[in-house]
Amino acid sequence: MFLREGEERIPSGCAISGIFSKEGEAIGGESIIRSISTMHERSNGLGGGFAGYGIYPQYKELYAFHVFYEQPAAKSACEEFIERHFDIGNLSKIPTRKHPAITDEPMIWRYFVSPLPTRLQASQLDEREFVVRCVNRVNHTIKGAYIFSSGKNMGVFKGVGYPEDIGQFYRLEEYAGYCWTAHGRYPTNTPGWWGGAHPFALLDYSVVHNGEISSYDANRRTIEMMGYKCTLQTDTEVITYMIDYLVRRQGLTLEETAKVIAASFWQTISHKTPEEQEMETFLRCAYGSLLINGPFSILLGFEGGMMALQDRLKLRSMVVAEKGDRVYAASEECAIRALEAHPDRLYAPRGGEPVIVRLNAAAEKEAGRKCR
Amino acid sequence: MHIDAAGKDFLQLNEAVRACPEREITITGCNGQRYIGDGLAGKRLAVYGTAGNALGAYLCGSEIEVFGNAQDALGDTMDSGRIVVHGRAGDAVGYAMRGGSIFIEGDIGYRAGIHMKQYQSKCPVLIAGGCAGSFLGEYQAGGTIVLLNLQKEAAAVGNFCGTGMHGGRIFLRQQAPLADLPEQVKARRAKEADWQALLPLLEEFRGYFREAKTALSPEEFWVLSPNTQNPYRRLYTPNGG
Repeated sequence: MFLREGEERIPSGCAISGIFSKEGEAIGGESIIRSISTMHERSNGLGGGFAGYGIYPQYKELYAFHVFYEQPAAKSACEEFIERHFDIGNLSKIPTRKHPAITDEPMIWRYFVSPLPTRLQASQLDEREFVVRCVNRVNHTIKGAYIFSSGKNMGVFKGVGYPEDIGQFYRLEEYAGYCWTAHGRYPTNTPGWWGGAHPFALLDYSVVHNGEISSYDANRRTIEMMGYKCTLQTDTEVITYMIDYLVRRQGLTLEETAKVIAASFWQTISHKTPEEQEMETFLRCAYGSLLINGPFSILLGFEGGMMALQDRLKLRSMVVAEKGDRVYAASEECAIRALEAHPDRLYAPRGGEPVIVRLNAAAEKEAGRKCR
Repeated sequence: MHIDAAGKDFLQLNEAVRACPEREITITGCNGQRYIGDGLAGKRLAVYGTAGNALGAYLCGSEIEVFGNAQDALGDTMDSGRIVVHGRAGDAVGYAMRGGSIFIEGDIGYRAGIHMKQYQSKCPVLIAGGCAGSFLGEYQAGGTIVLLNLQKEAAAVGNFCGTGMHGGRIFLRQQAPLADLPEQVKARRAKEADWQALLPLLEEFRGYFREAKTALSPEEFWVLSPNTQNPYRRLYTPNGG
């Protein structure tokens, strides 16, 4: 039995990769496995995972909960909680296949749900906040149950193992979506536990992360004052909550969010235009303790889009490429070439400068999505 | 000898290279395999595809030519020899390089030429046809770094160029004055003597990248060198840079 994250801290090289179709074309899950597997050496078999967007079109109005259970009692307690708070549109085991390299897996279940109208009304919360609180309740009060994915028309698939093995274990080739992100883990601070693998997700936000943030405790203390509870001691959990707080609750744009968490140095700001100076100075002052220090490169998936961002010093590598409507971002160029040998454009974004891609208007409409 | 890298992991590929008795080796189908040619002496290596991290690290006299891009940490602590890349290269090119030369056709990433050094006859050269990210030549102690900025971008280099520099020279081709240089660095336009030092490197660069025909002239270049008034000077042994 693995120790859970948070019970031990071990002093990450990691690999991340993402694909996005601006036209909203369905990209098969096998593609992202092929991409991440080129960076095998960047992980050590203690964590791999994927997030797919647009993968549940038949249930796109429902929140898809992916849940790990460590024992049957946790499952009954969690299901009882879900039934009390949600209408369940469908539930099933998440299909997996036996894989020689993947062992000790928990029970893995999936629920398509919508909040019970009476419950939601009584809570006086907006729907998304209601879902967030329910997810937190389960994860912090029901021992052995962990909701690791809770967005609409998206899903996280993760576990302990190399990412390519985890992808096969979850039969990702049976899913297709307009966006995929992937992570190969090389844990440095925490032991490998299924729930601790990346992506970390809350609602439709998912984060894969390569790095090691030195401002972890400063960020954690700040975000815990905003009602989030960090229990896993992993940087990525904190980053996910910070993005949820800044984007969903504070209403910042992604560009502004990037200037908070990867703020320019004061020296660099002093050379910008007066408007930029005013904006960046405001963001640094208002959200100073949400600045992330230390090396990181992340891919943020969200409904209708993806953002790539690196720390302001660019202490981790990231390459971005474009071909037609496809955008690729990965820790190493080889992960992109594995899918697209001849991109139209290939470049390395500068530190602290976000690369944001979104579905184009037609694809957005098609999917009936609305997003910032 | 020809080695097909497709389907080989970095161990298998590098074992095949080391086991090869011939001087000329061609690797095709390369996609991200690391450590190619590390510490290699006495060979000529042609790599087709995307060369993985740490290509030619500790290179010991071999010549490597990449027909494609190179990833991070190209020529790390390279001792001697030559690396030519027909494409771009990632972060930390020529880190702590102490000899030999690196020619990159396009852009290079962050932290290129950090801690480059020189000693007696060993004077490393890093030259790129494009631009560079931040921290170019940080703590540079010797050798020559050249950015040709053939696309004529407004800024050839990112922030914090030459921070802690205490030896060597950086040539930057850029019209605008260099913003935000640290106090340890002084910048001036190239003079005749600088140009004479640069010319053979430009000739060699043109020899590898024949399409790079842009006419270059000395007044386009800034020369960065350690500020002799700088506070680092006394902390290190002067070595001529």
